[in-house]
Amino acid sequence: MADDKDVLRDVWFGRIPTCFTLHQDEVTEREAEPFYLLLPRVSYLTLVTDKVKKHFQKVMKPDDVEEMWFEYEGTALKWHYPIGLLYDLHASNTALPWSIFVHFKNFPLQDLLHCPSNSVIEAHFMSCIKEADALKHKGAVVNEMQKKDHKQLWMGLQNDKFDQFWAMNRKLMEYPIEERGFRYIPFRIYQPTSDRPFIQKLFRPVSPDGHVHTLGDLLKEMLPAAIPKDNEKKKYQVVIHGIEPMLETPIQWLSEHLSHPDNFLHISIIPAQCD
Amino acid sequence: MPSSLLWAVDVFGRVYSLSPTSQQWDLCKEAQLEIKRITATQQCCWAIACDHQIYLNVYASDVPIRYQEETYENQRWNPMDGFSDRLLPSDRWQWSDVTGLKHQPLDSFRLPSDNWEWEADWYVDENFGGEATEKAGWTYAIDFPASYTKDKKWNSCVRRRRWIRFRRYKARDTWAKVSSELPGSLPDPFSDISCGGWEITEEPMGLISLWAVTLQGKVWFREDIHHQNPEGSAWVEVQCPGEVVQISCGPGDLVWAVMWEGHLLVREGIGRDCPKGTSWAEVQSPSPEFGAIHVAVGVSVVWAVTKDRKVWFRRGINSHNPCGSGWISMVGEMVMIDVGVNDQVWGISSEDRAVYFRQGVTSSELSGKAWRALTSLRDGDRSSSRSSAGSLASAGCFFSNEVTVQSQGSVPGDMDMEPEGASGGNPDPQEQADASKRRIPKVTSDSFISELVSDREGQPEKHEGTVVAPIPEEEAETEQEVKVAPAVVLSRSPSGRPDHAWSNVDLEEAQGRLAVGCPASDTGDSCSLSSVATYNLDEPYGADDHPIWAWVNGGSCVVDSHSQLNWFNSGVSSAQSMSLSVSPAQTAAWRKQIFEQLSERSKREMENFRHYEQAVEQAVWVKKGTMQWWRDWKPYKWVDVHFALEQFCGTDGNKEGIIFIYYTFNDEKKYLHTFINEVTILVPVLSDSKHTFAIYTPERTKQRWPIRLAVATEQEMHDWLALLSVSCCDSRGIQGPPCKQAIWSVTCKGDIFVSEPTPSLEASPYPMPCDQMYWHQIGGHLRVIECNSLGVVWGIGYDHTAWVYTGGYGGGFFQGLASSTDNIYTQTDTKSVYIYENQRWNPVTGYTNRGLPTDRYMWSDASGLQECTKENTKLPSPQWAWVNDWTVDYNVSGGTDKEGWQYAADFPTSFHGSKTLKDFVRRRRWARKCKLTTTGPWKEVPPIPLSEITTLPCMAASRMEHVPLWAISSKGDVLCRLDVTVQAPAGTSWLHVGTDQPFKSICIGSAHQVWAIARDGSVFYRGSVSPQNLAGDCWYHIPSPPRQKLKQVSVGRTSVYAVDENGNLWFRQGLTPSYPQGSSWEHISTNVRKVSVGPLDQVWIIADKVQGSHSLSCGTVCRRLGVLPMEPKGLSWDYGIGGGWEHITVRGNSTEAPRISMPSMVGGPTPASGAPRGTPPVSIPDVMNGNAVRS
Repeated sequence: MADDKDVLRDVWFGRIPTCFTLHQDEVTEREAEPFYLLLPRVSYLTLVTDKVKKHFQKVMKPDDVEEMWFEYEGTALKWHYPIGLLYDLHASNTALPWSIFVHFKNFPLQDLLHCPSNSVIEAHFMSCIKEADALKHKGAVVNEMQKKDHKQLWMGLQNDKFDQFWAMNRKLMEYPIEERGFRYIPFRIYQPTSDRPFIQKLFRPVSPDGHVHTLGDLLKEMLPAAIPKDNEKKKYQVVIHGIEPMLETPIQWLSEHLSHPDNFLHISIIPAQCD
Repeated sequence: MPSSLLWAVDVFGRVYSLSPTSQQWDLCKEAQLEIKRITATQQCCWAIACDHQIYLNVYASDVPIRYQEETYENQRWNPMDGFSDRLLPSDRWQWSDVTGLKHQPLDSFRLPSDNWEWEADWYVDENFGGEATEKAGWTYAIDFPASYTKDKKWNSCVRRRRWIRFRRYKARDTWAKVSSELPGSLPDPFSDISCGGWEITEEPMGLISLWAVTLQGKVWFREDIHHQNPEGSAWVEVQCPGEVVQISCGPGDLVWAVMWEGHLLVREGIGRDCPKGTSWAEVQSPSPEFGAIHVAVGVSVVWAVTKDRKVWFRRGINSHNPCGSGWISMVGEMVMIDVGVNDQVWGISSEDRAVYFRQGVTSSELSGKAWRALTSLRDGDRSSSRSSAGSLASAGCFFSNEVTVQSQGSVPGDMDMEPEGASGGNPDPQEQADASKRRIPKVTSDSFISELVSDREGQPEKHEGTVVAPIPEEEAETEQEVKVAPAVVLSRSPSGRPDHAWSNVDLEEAQGRLAVGCPASDTGDSCSLSSVATYNLDEPYGADDHPIWAWVNGGSCVVDSHSQLNWFNSGVSSAQSMSLSVSPAQTAAWRKQIFEQLSERSKREMENFRHYEQAVEQAVWVKKGTMQWWRDWKPYKWVDVHFALEQFCGTDGNKEGIIFIYYTFNDEKKYLHTFINEVTILVPVLSDSKHTFAIYTPERTKQRWPIRLAVATEQEMHDWLALLSVSCCDSRGIQGPPCKQAIWSVTCKGDIFVSEPTPSLEASPYPMPCDQMYWHQIGGHLRVIECNSLGVVWGIGYDHTAWVYTGGYGGGFFQGLASSTDNIYTQTDTKSVYIYENQRWNPVTGYTNRGLPTDRYMWSDASGLQECTKENTKLPSPQWAWVNDWTVDYNVSGGTDKEGWQYAADFPTSFHGSKTLKDFVRRRRWARKCKLTTTGPWKEVPPIPLSEITTLPCMAASRMEHVPLWAISSKGDVLCRLDVTVQAPAGTSWLHVGTDQPFKSICIGSAHQVWAIARDGSVFYRGSVSPQNLAGDCWYHIPSPPRQKLKQVSVGRTSVYAVDENGNLWFRQGLTPSYPQGSSWEHISTNVRKVSVGPLDQVWIIADKVQGSHSLSCGTVCRRLGVLPMEPKGLSWDYGIGGGWEHITVRGNSTEAPRISMPSMVGGPTPASGAPRGTPPVSIPDVMNGNAVRS
């Protein structure tokens, strides 16, 4: 008899065991040991890798150190995507720990945004929250909050304080009972091999005739290919936070419980395993 | 608590009831007659029908109303025949009552009325004061007026035996006419009725006063109404100074009446010994021009209505002054007013005839704040939009019958009928409505109502024209349908036969009519009539035209300041029930799947990597405060300290913490510290003077000397307790609801604690010491809690209310994330606080409150050691609130005299209920009730109050369709709960299991062996209980241990243990599958208060007088050591948490430790911790991120 609150906790405390290895192209003074960390799924790579940076800088000449970036099997990892999304999208179903190469040179400008400091991450995070609230409540809730409330959301994420974050985030998840949900569901659908970075459109939690929209309804409208046709083998996995919710799951519930701290429901559509 | 209902009668004489949580008036279907007035109690309601006779409706209950008739068969021994029924001429009758004065042979017993039935024939009672007699049940004595023994002796000259027979009240949930016992004595027809007075005497008796007024203005009182005699026995006329028109009786001792001239009468002298009262006092009408026409009284309020419809409130009413002191004019114009439970007030407005509720009535503001109209709809008011579940539920059996008829009647017709069937989903009340509407004139007793009604009489005809429409459409269909459709309609509404009994349209009847109906189908007239009845009759009472009420009664409606009332805005409910987070989708597959996948994910991604460093370090975090600390050394006293909780992240990712207490001793600053992960329990110790709590560690438990701390306010204490508790749970990795195997316990304050058992707890031979168990608190307030390993958990409050666990956690002072949200409910409990008034006799003045200098306080606690006056006795803790004033308690063991006094030769001796020459002191007990309101994961299981509960202990993997759960009601009835499942642990209803006497303890073992103890100490084994035969078949009387009265029994997998009234623990020897009753009792231990035997046959007790190294404790949790399958008695005790514990249940814990193989006992002790099974070995590198890894 689990409680919905436990879901929030499980989502927040999701961790990905990661092994950071310095890429062989990097020049070092002595051999660099790999570095192991438990990364919070809901956080951002550049926010939680200070230790990694320090670890590898010890074996490098200061001149060789430029902006740190990460690569997994040839893909440059976008720091502005939540870590859990990056893992689900690129490395689902692979053996743990997740092996990431660390680079300090040849920053791939065409793929990545610069991240000179944490304030850039904060700005990105807050803009996501504002965008999500614009969809959910026409921005009413986030605009009513004070500067310190915004800070509380960010500090909660940065310091991995679940209680602190959710004390504030709860307000963003409220809606009038008679409306039966948010105005629109803030969601983004990602595919590992796609030209577009993600799909994002307006989608209501309840249809005009009062029918509750499900995850299946959302995909049917946004990406019909993701839904297995009758009698056909499943071609794609629909992954949120490393799990595959049933297509019958109400989208409003998912938005309330499985959104990332940026208030978006990040959905990865990855090819199904062939085994 | 019985269910709570507001009753009302409309101008057509239809009776409706409304529950505080409902938005809809339910029509009382059983009423075949028009009712004029109604007066209700929690158990039954009384009514005057249009025939001016009185009818009684006793609510259905799972517990029958049983009355035990008894008579004695007497015999005398003579040398010729031995014992025979030939008695001496001076002897008593051969068949007599217990005193021998009354001749009562078996065939002299008659049922008091047609509403009773015999349960079985007469039989001999073989139980004699808790002991089984010889087969025939004879008890022997030297002569008749002597004491009897069960053994025949040489000088036993007479013998007698007791025959018993039960009769049962059968007219429940129906209006039964209260027969007039003597034709001549019955007065003229009744015109008003009012019942109350149930607060004058205590529960076990349950006396009810019923007052009635006749058309001639006489007042009558019904004698001897109580639980076992719901009809009462006789009418007694109460003389009054004039003609009375209306009377009102409150729950307490207030009775007021209105006289024809408009004055009011107040009954005086009502009391425990004289429920009728002794005299009348007169009170003038509130208004000089207009006399009173209506009065309504509660416990301490009086409301009146004058002829100009003005409402008045009487000032200054209290138990010493039932007349009050003056009238206050209130806003609003009412036809009548009623005062219900808790002095809540309802009225019927003279303007629109709607029912109004007086909002804001509290014990401090008895006149309330404002009138508010009830907008609740009636059955059938919303027929067109009413395919909702609520209306279907109230349709009950009618609906299901209807479906059967349709499907049998015609398949093609189904399509056409369906929408109509759905919209008329509850046709019967409407039909009834229609039927009674046709008979309007009969009902109208009051000219105002007849006026109203005559306005409306044209309307039904008008509507007939509009509704005939569906019929031609049906006729246009195929011939077959024409035949069927009217038949179906007819089956629902045979309005062509006005004398038909409405209450039971059963299938056979419907089918019968189907045949009758067919030939008639071509007469369009009957068709149109019936369709009017079915479809449209509620039209005149649509949204714009509300019902017209004639009478309202709140005598069974329990409403108080925190009650949720759904009466006022009927539109909102649908929206709320749609909200996702509270929908029944709780159990939906998608939700379950997400929970499962998330825990799988955590396992997959984190389990083997716990030794990895966290990316985000948790900083050390400190909370400080000032407190007082009960110093560890003499002289013991409260000293001011600084308290700090430091929290940080441990190496394994768990949060850790340390408690620091900084104090000053001899001007030197010192501190005491305790690691959070060593804390075993945090116990709130609310007292009237200080907000204190206790912190235990295993060491402190051994000492029986916790760290005791006090803070300034209750809020501060709750904040600290919540914080420390979360911190302790975090350090032990405990979150969410307790597991199904959990061990539950309750303290003497009613606080609930739960402990998650580890496999090592019941490991043998080296179990984890039980002082190391970690307990955390769960919200709520209970006296008893029982569970099993399937997660079925029930509790009983101090007020005997039954509660079922909802699967949540937190509640009480746990707020926010330490508490679940979905399944936390409000919980209330009441208990009484007792003080004693002591007096000593002296030859001059008799008994006075002047004692000897050596005597106890003249106002004291039970022991006499503490002074307790009415004024200085405080609430048990700030959580409680008083609900009444001090009253004399007559319900004391040993009995009392009429004023509640008990007598004794001197103070510290046993008291008895009547004065003798040797008695020099007396005392009486005063009681005052108080009430607590809190929250917790508990849901009430109404309506039967319970005193004991037990559920079958089993292995966690067991599968049972229905979980056996037995209980004992507060009156001593044995009950068996039906349809208890893991998904729905509350079950559906009680099955009453007959007994000859009230019971007090019951327990069911793993093999369905049910043991029980009666109030007289007799032990019983219930035969043939099985999953197929839940209630078993008969009771076997088991002898008690010699000279001991058992009081509690617990049955595990095979073991049976019992505790007697002197605190001895007994083990039942010689139990075998073929002889489950066993052979004898073996003494195990003394100083035992309660025992709980679990599914592993583990034995846990609450023990008294446990000596610790610093202090002695009473009410301590202990566990029997050395219990093995072949050694079920165990060897010694292991002492756990306490004192101050009241109850424990280990019946959920079936977690067995992995068996440790002990090849040779000679080989020295084996380490106790077995390797955990099931987890694959993970190779952990020795060095990681440059640091050594600690495992």
